[in-house]
Amino acid sequence: MSHERALPTGAIGVEAVGMTMRFGDFTALDNVTVNIRPGTFHALLGENGAGKSTLVKCIMGFYHATSGGVLVDGHEALMTDPKAAHALGLGMVYQHFTLVPSLTAAENLVISRADAPRVINWGKERADLAAFMARMPFHVPLDQPVNRLAAGEKQKLEILKQLYLGRRFLILDEPTSVLTPAEAEDVLGHVRALTRAGEITVLMITHKFREVTRFADDLTVLRRGSHAGGGAVAELSHDDMARMMMGADPDLRSIDRTGGAGAVVLKLDGVRATDRSGLKPIEIDALDVRAGEVLGIAGVSGNGQMELMEILTGQRALEGGAVMVKGNAFTATRAEAKAHKVRYLPEEPLRNACAPKMSVAENLAFRLFDVGAGPKPRFWKSGRQIAENAQAMIAGFKIKTASPQSPIAALSGGNVQRAVLARELSGDVDLLIVSNPCFGLDFAAVSAIRARIIAARNKGAAVLLISEDLDEILELSDRIVVMSEGRIAYETPGATADVAEIGRYMAGHG
Amino acid sequence: MSTSADIGLWGVPLAILGGAIRVSTPFLFVSLGECLTERSGRINLGLEGTLVFGAMAGYAIAFQTGSAWAGVLAAALAGTVFGLFHGWICKFRGVNDIAIGIAMMLLGSGLAFFFGKPYIQPVAPDLPAIPLGWWSDVTQVQAALQINVLFLIGAAFSVALWWVFKSTRVGLTIRVVGDSTDAARAMGLNPDLVRLLATAAGGALAGVGGAYLSLYYPGSWNEGVSSGQGLMAVALVIFARWNPVYCFWAALLFGGAGALGPALQSVGVSQGYYLFYAAPYVLTLGLLIATSSPNRALEGAPGELSITK
Repeated sequence: MSHERALPTGAIGVEAVGMTMRFGDFTALDNVTVNIRPGTFHALLGENGAGKSTLVKCIMGFYHATSGGVLVDGHEALMTDPKAAHALGLGMVYQHFTLVPSLTAAENLVISRADAPRVINWGKERADLAAFMARMPFHVPLDQPVNRLAAGEKQKLEILKQLYLGRRFLILDEPTSVLTPAEAEDVLGHVRALTRAGEITVLMITHKFREVTRFADDLTVLRRGSHAGGGAVAELSHDDMARMMMGADPDLRSIDRTGGAGAVVLKLDGVRATDRSGLKPIEIDALDVRAGEVLGIAGVSGNGQMELMEILTGQRALEGGAVMVKGNAFTATRAEAKAHKVRYLPEEPLRNACAPKMSVAENLAFRLFDVGAGPKPRFWKSGRQIAENAQAMIAGFKIKTASPQSPIAALSGGNVQRAVLARELSGDVDLLIVSNPCFGLDFAAVSAIRARIIAARNKGAAVLLISEDLDEILELSDRIVVMSEGRIAYETPGATADVAEIGRYMAGHG
Repeated sequence: MSTSADIGLWGVPLAILGGAIRVSTPFLFVSLGECLTERSGRINLGLEGTLVFGAMAGYAIAFQTGSAWAGVLAAALAGTVFGLFHGWICKFRGVNDIAIGIAMMLLGSGLAFFFGKPYIQPVAPDLPAIPLGWWSDVTQVQAALQINVLFLIGAAFSVALWWVFKSTRVGLTIRVVGDSTDAARAMGLNPDLVRLLATAAGGALAGVGGAYLSLYYPGSWNEGVSSGQGLMAVALVIFARWNPVYCFWAALLFGGAGALGPALQSVGVSQGYYLFYAAPYVLTLGLLIATSSPNRALEGAPGELSITK
């Protein structure tokens, strides 16, 4: 590729010196200095709002730092805009995919080039891409539209795109938040191999300590906009990292399990449906969830978990079989959910369980705004009831919001999750259906939400937990099933679960 | 030479074929314009108004200059202006492209009626047609294969547009913008500008479709010159899955349906043929119902399109 040969290759070092960023009165970043040595894998840790994104946006030229500067390979560099950063070989992989869904991988790569030809000679481009791919440690199918690729493949393609564009310093913003453990291992392993080979330097934003210890060379921790610690990863334990992140000893208590499984609450019998593409069948012959247990459903994304969630929430039509709650047919109407005390925490709750532009207080009242004192539903809404309910829930679940009246879309992801959980766990819950509850959340939010789920279980609720995070499944579940190709492929008790065995069934060969 | 009465019921498919080619051209141009605009992530319902204004402008200029091609050019220019206006308004926050489209549809028709009053009587030159039926003695065959140059241009253009979407930077840029505004911004593209230009080009195509109406078939300017082709083209683009080549075949199908009524009338069916005049509308409804699904997203729909989001 001519445009690549023109650029020098090899990893470059980047140093942010004395970075300060103020937004009005608020100091997002306070005199932070980070040195990322060439050819290293550097992890950037911190809670949500600690200033990680602000720091990398200053490095990439999205923000102009109030003071401080960036050194690229020891030379001062003026990052006026992202293009200037790109020209120096700096690139960023965002948390949300920036690939164009309906274009093929090949089209995505070619059009992302600044010097994309006016008329694309696909024969030549294909040959160039094949040559480029031959040099890469991992591959993705080039002729598939990106929306048909699995999350792991998309993430690999994002990284490949940066390499294809000749970038030699990569910022990865929580690259594994949408990946399964196996995919994450695979992608990060390849990225580390590239750093070892001296091809690139990597700065990775993450919450996951395990990934830091496993893959990173150096570490920087930010807390409330300031540099809170760092050094060589080999010399730090998880406790050290947690202490740097949280300031004090982190609240890691896990709530003990009490009580055991009771009567069957949710029963799926011969359920048949079609998946999103309309091509693959979803076939669940039998699945029971009992009171006082957490049933975890593990699986690689795209194996029917999302469709299962849609079936249970009434968003997807059944073609056969039945969903029973406490022995009654259940079609997920509001009346049925209320009668049987079924509650949901769907994935992406802002989209699937909230009205984003309505206020936090209103969103918190979705389960009760029409509930009257007697058996008849309320006609006039009660502003006081909504306000009191909001106040109690915001305090009880430590939801951080400017006011109960601000729109729920203004809250951070973790706080939206807390708000929905507060609403869904209010009152008695007999069946709680949860999907990827901790997706993209920081450390403190994750442990709080997991503790709430276990607390609901201890109170006797049946919990169905669908998650792509195997660690989460292992931590929370009393019983684990694996979903693969739209079917239940494997079942094991949580206490004696064998990760390798589960992984084999997740991968589709049991 | 004249053997017109001999072919009997064969006249129906022949008349439908001829009608399909004749009637489909405005469908083809408007749908290609709409396809281009929608691929950039915006929907322009105003193309019906653009079509009517293009018909008026084309007819008026052709009459004034004596050249049908000058009329086509004027219609394209008028369409460009309408497209630019739509694209410019839609870049503002909180503006809904569908609502603006409906307003533009009414504005275009209204302006056309206002400026078109003096041109209802005069006769403007027609666009040339190529007699591809010269090899036959049968007049119906000759009539059916009397093919207008614009139809051929439109057919060529549908293939060209397909190639542009596949193999040029401009085409890929339009698809990127239409599919993901965020990805486009991350690439340093200006989505508003791309959409503005795509809407303008789409408007130009719709204007040409209008010129065909007034300068060839039916071939005169009056206020009823369009029978909703501009709106049906929107459905047609969905049916064609945003693929320009499919747009061509879909336009032929719609044209054929439009020709069903006149064809039946021509062979002497005297009862209920009015019902067949409704065939294009029934076809629009039927196809949209048949190709939709409650469980699946539309394959091929541009991700930023407000109707499929």
